[in-house]
Amino acid sequence: MPRESLGRLELALTDKKMSGGKLLVPYVCGGLGDWVETIHAIIEAGADAVEVGIPFSDPIMDGPTIQEAAQKALEAGTTPWQILSEVRRASFSVPIAVMTYYNIIHHAGHERFAKELEQCGIAGSIIPDLQLDEATDWIRVSGENRIENVLLAAPSTPPERLKRLADNSRGFVYGVGRMGVTGEHASLADSASEIARRLKECTEKPVLVGVGVSNADQAALVSRVSDGVIVGSALVRRLLQGGGPQAAHDFVGELRRGLDAG
Amino acid sequence: MSIMGPPSASGRFGEYGGRFVPESLIPACFELEAVFNEAWGDPEFVGEYRRILSEFGGRPTPVTELRRFSEKFGVRVFLKREDLAHTGSHKINNVIGQALLTRRMGKTRLIAETGAGQHGVATATAAALLGLECVVYMGEVDVARQALNVFRMRLLGASVVSVVSGSRTLKDAINEAMREWVASVETTHYCIGSVMGPHPYPYMVREFQRIVGEEALVQSKEILDGQVPDYVIACVGGGSNAAGTFAGFVDTTAKLVGVEPEGGAAINRGIPGVVHGMRSNLLQDDVGQVLEAHSISAGLDYPGVGPEHSYLASIRRASYVTANDDEVLNALQVLSKFEGIIPALEPAHAIAYVIREAGKEIPLGSTVLVTMSGRGDKDAELVAQLLGDDV
Ligand SMILES: Cc1ncc(COP(=O)(O)O)c(C=O)c1O
Repeated sequence: MPRESLGRLELALTDKKMSGGKLLVPYVCGGLGDWVETIHAIIEAGADAVEVGIPFSDPIMDGPTIQEAAQKALEAGTTPWQILSEVRRASFSVPIAVMTYYNIIHHAGHERFAKELEQCGIAGSIIPDLQLDEATDWIRVSGENRIENVLLAAPSTPPERLKRLADNSRGFVYGVGRMGVTGEHASLADSASEIARRLKECTEKPVLVGVGVSNADQAALVSRVSDGVIVGSALVRRLLQGGGPQAAHDFVGELRRGLDAG
Repeated sequence: MSIMGPPSASGRFGEYGGRFVPESLIPACFELEAVFNEAWGDPEFVGEYRRILSEFGGRPTPVTELRRFSEKFGVRVFLKREDLAHTGSHKINNVIGQALLTRRMGKTRLIAETGAGQHGVATATAAALLGLECVVYMGEVDVARQALNVFRMRLLGASVVSVVSGSRTLKDAINEAMREWVASVETTHYCIGSVMGPHPYPYMVREFQRIVGEEALVQSKEILDGQVPDYVIACVGGGSNAAGTFAGFVDTTAKLVGVEPEGGAAINRGIPGVVHGMRSNLLQDDVGQVLEAHSISAGLDYPGVGPEHSYLASIRRASYVTANDDEVLNALQVLSKFEGIIPALEPAHAIAYVIREAGKEIPLGSTVLVTMSGRGDKDAELVAQLLGDDV
């Protein structure tokens, strides 16, 4: 794709990738504790973009850690609109993608939600329960509002579908690292490098692997094949344990050094 | 073409249905769709399904005329007796079908969610029959209020996982089963217990429950000298006993009525939304968070409903009404005392509607078929407590 037609998210990630760096996109649950401060801290520690979760009552792609974070945030009265307006106010220095479940968007309506994202300076959306075949209208409407909708590719996705999926993804392609939900694991699944390899073979877009990437070693290992990683549960656990922005900064710094050392 | 035919290629009944699940599950949904379509057209598969339901499941179940009840309320009521099917509810029809498909797909393990425990017991039963491993997910609240069924599942060789997330009822048991399915889809079939979930489940489960309506159509015509009942009524949780019943009557003149619990009335009080893989009516708050349902009946304690019911409501082929907990408790006692049939709390909703509306919405002298989707044993302890009785 010509450079000028790339969205902000894809542009930022592509530039970094072209300069030889590996990409680091941490996940933070919106509405959990001092999440805005946390995002500032992890950007300082070397995040290339940030995935901000808009909590949903029934997160079927999430394991216990992110479920707990979402439940806490909801109990604290967090709403999607509040998260979006805080992102707008914070005006972060790297692209922000929201991660949520489809009913939040469906309820608001595609037009309204896409416009709201755009007005709040958000670059992308990641919706794990809106797979390719159901995503056509949202891809169109979000695209018209300069929102890049990232599609997820799974270890179980067959080859022909993987290609279509990569072609229709914007911003980057999200390779799901293991058959399962989000959560930490002692070792990286073989499927993580495998999905990265398969995606790299069929797309020029940045390929990031998430789900089951739990520490700096695992991030470095999968990034030998992928362009980088998304790390959620390992960071969110530290926040749930009361670590706050400083702990987030330290952990993301560790991930950054791991990726940079290769 | 029947009004209740196959859905569109994308699994839609009108605007409802679809396949809103994580990418990881998409190949399994495609496989299931292909295997089901092939099996359902294969006389050998259908033969085995029907043979097991008759030899093992006790089908056909009878239709019973309620003579004393009818006299009291002035409408002529018949029950389709799914309470007499093996394991005590209509759930067996669906699980035998899905367990046979599991074997056909070469999978060795079944997982299921359960609310009242009836679907869990049925799944554990089918797993025992066919030698499959079985794990059942059940909300912690339901584990407590349906303890007898938990024990039955364990006796049948299944493990029961108590789910402590969210509202700790059916909705969360489904979330947990879906999460587990994402991780084990290679070897495991998710045996969904109602006409809900991603395509092909709503269609497939309705087809496996169609036997209820098809039998009932023949039986009621026999009793009514070739006529069909004026009303065909069933309770609606996810909506499988209602969908199976309606499928037999949808192309006749019978009025179809689904009865939702007052505290979980997705069609009456919900708006279209997406959860558990489907677009359908859903109880949700003002930003789209799914609300918890509140019903004394664990099997109906669900904020959503199968997509085909949203469709039937939208085209007005079926109407959906509600019954509240008090009406249901009363109906359970009335049916027990007048007819010697102790209903489960779920179908007691359908009876409650008849009691309330006989001579009003349902004109005196009407003929009414009600699906008695399950027997009341599982609820005895809870009902005793509610009535202030010591057991
Ligand atoms: C006896 C009985 N009836 C009805 C239901 C509700 O399910 P559905 O609406 O799918 O028939 C249940 C569910 O557990 C049940 O046990």
